[in-house]
Amino acid sequence: MKILVCVKQVPDTTEIKIDPVTNTLIRAGVPSIVNPFDACALEVAARIKDVTPDTEITVLSMGPMQAKEALTECLAVGADKAYLCSDRAFGGSDTLATSYILASTITAIEEKEGKFDLILSGKQAIDGDTGQVGPEIAAHMGMAQVTYASEVSVHGDDVIVKRESDQGYDIISVRKPAVITVVKTAFDPRFPTLKSKMAARKIPIQVITAEDIPNIDLSRCGLKGSPTKVKKTFTPVRNKTCVKIAGEEAAVSAAKLVGMLADAKVL
Amino acid sequence: MQFGEYKNLWVFVETEENKAKSVGYELLSPGRALADKMGGKLVAVVIGGHVKDVAEKTIEFGADEVILVEGEEYFNYSTDAYGHAMKTLVEKYKPSTILIGATNNGRDLGPKMACDLNTGLTADCTMLDYDAETGNMIWTRPAFGGNLMAMILCPDNRPQLGTVRPGIFKKPEPVTGRVGAMICEDIHIAPENIRTKLLDRIKEVAEAVNLEEAEIIVSGGRGVGSPEGFEMIRKLAGVLNATVGASRAVVDAGWIPHAHQVGQTGKTVSPKLYIACGISGAIQHAAGITGSDCIVAINKDEEAPIFDVADYGIVGDLFTVIPELIKEIQKLNA
Repeated sequence: MKILVCVKQVPDTTEIKIDPVTNTLIRAGVPSIVNPFDACALEVAARIKDVTPDTEITVLSMGPMQAKEALTECLAVGADKAYLCSDRAFGGSDTLATSYILASTITAIEEKEGKFDLILSGKQAIDGDTGQVGPEIAAHMGMAQVTYASEVSVHGDDVIVKRESDQGYDIISVRKPAVITVVKTAFDPRFPTLKSKMAARKIPIQVITAEDIPNIDLSRCGLKGSPTKVKKTFTPVRNKTCVKIAGEEAAVSAAKLVGMLADAKVL
Repeated sequence: MQFGEYKNLWVFVETEENKAKSVGYELLSPGRALADKMGGKLVAVVIGGHVKDVAEKTIEFGADEVILVEGEEYFNYSTDAYGHAMKTLVEKYKPSTILIGATNNGRDLGPKMACDLNTGLTADCTMLDYDAETGNMIWTRPAFGGNLMAMILCPDNRPQLGTVRPGIFKKPEPVTGRVGAMICEDIHIAPENIRTKLLDRIKEVAEAVNLEEAEIIVSGGRGVGSPEGFEMIRKLAGVLNATVGASRAVVDAGWIPHAHQVGQTGKTVSPKLYIACGISGAIQHAAGITGSDCIVAINKDEEAPIFDVADYGIVGDLFTVIPELIKEIQKLNA
């Protein structure tokens, strides 16, 4: 069985701060990480491999050369092969263009290595938060999709997916091949060992450029191939003045607060 | 592309087991204003098993017209059936803009439609506007975990698609007896073309968690200390007749189910009163609560960022403050 996991290298958004003077994101010194939801998708694949050892896991990322680091991390926690899709012509792509490029890249990899049974990715990346690239890869490739999966198990040609719903979860069955996007799982991704890290560094990361993808339509890539355009960005305004009750006994604080809320007709 | 034939604003009203999701009705509120600004019609699109009553309701909520697609294959959501129905409808009627509630199903359907229709989709919008000069929607959405807001346009493709977070807009006031056309479309898909099958549905949320529609929410964060600590949060919620919310940290720690999570990766809420107890107020959490009319923070750390988004705050230990608060509220209610 062959599984492809799509991963994105992202800035750790929990470490991002806003510059109070310029009101812009401070990205300097912010570490790059494997998108946490993608790490969960890789763990889902690794767990399938644990029970079905003849499984081969390939990881694919799109981004600058720096994204090789993220792929090497994946190779240390269960992936067997890694591809980086990287080309200046792909820069500035929105989700539709990105998914088109990734779908074309996956088709090119499949020509060489055979078809994938499953394509997994995180439900969304923590920088863009769109959650669109996974399902759009499915649509471009004409594959079935299941989004927001927390568990995946394979039974012959059938894949059983536990999918998050509003009230709990749905159990969904889908035939291979399929694209599945993964939420934060109940289990944590496994840690690399010193040995697995050293082994990962020896695995070459195969770089795919536009030239390596036969029939790719460059007019559908990059900024010009992107139907959505970012008009502008701004930091959210937070200009509330908080009436703070501090240094009082609990009973006094509580009485003051309830009094104020009643006066403001909130209670 | 010739845009002249692309008119009207559509709101996709999602149904499940013959019931509408609240966000579909909510979107008729901004939908009405935007359609008027465009000089087009507000059209609701209702797909489901037997959902004529939902279609009728959309008219009461302000739609000029409703397109209704019924069939057993739509009783529960599937990408293939819903994707097929939406593609067929869009190609026939050519709407200019489609608003979709950003539920899990909405966020599953939107990307399918964007690919099928080769157009742009903006995810998880929190503000909507229309530029009459260019005919473009202005979609505003948070990114980088709520640290940054981005304004997105889709200038060269139609229809313009966007998913919109539930809980941002308030449902319009229904007008009983309001009249509008209902167009029934007979669209079906062969069962073998639906590649996913729903085997089972597990409803694990014991208590009803409807954060998006709650008038009052009491939320607990890491400061609550333990799963047992949530008992106090529940008690406070009890006297206020409020819904219980939670920060991501405590959901991740397994203290309370995911359905209670408020914030960028949970629910966006807009209650009249939001009480944050022991929540530091990371930007991801703040992003989900700023639509509240009034925010109260209780935290022992005076510097906690939650106070930057709060209207009222108590700096103190929630374990001593909340019991007093419960007493005071009981006094007020007595």
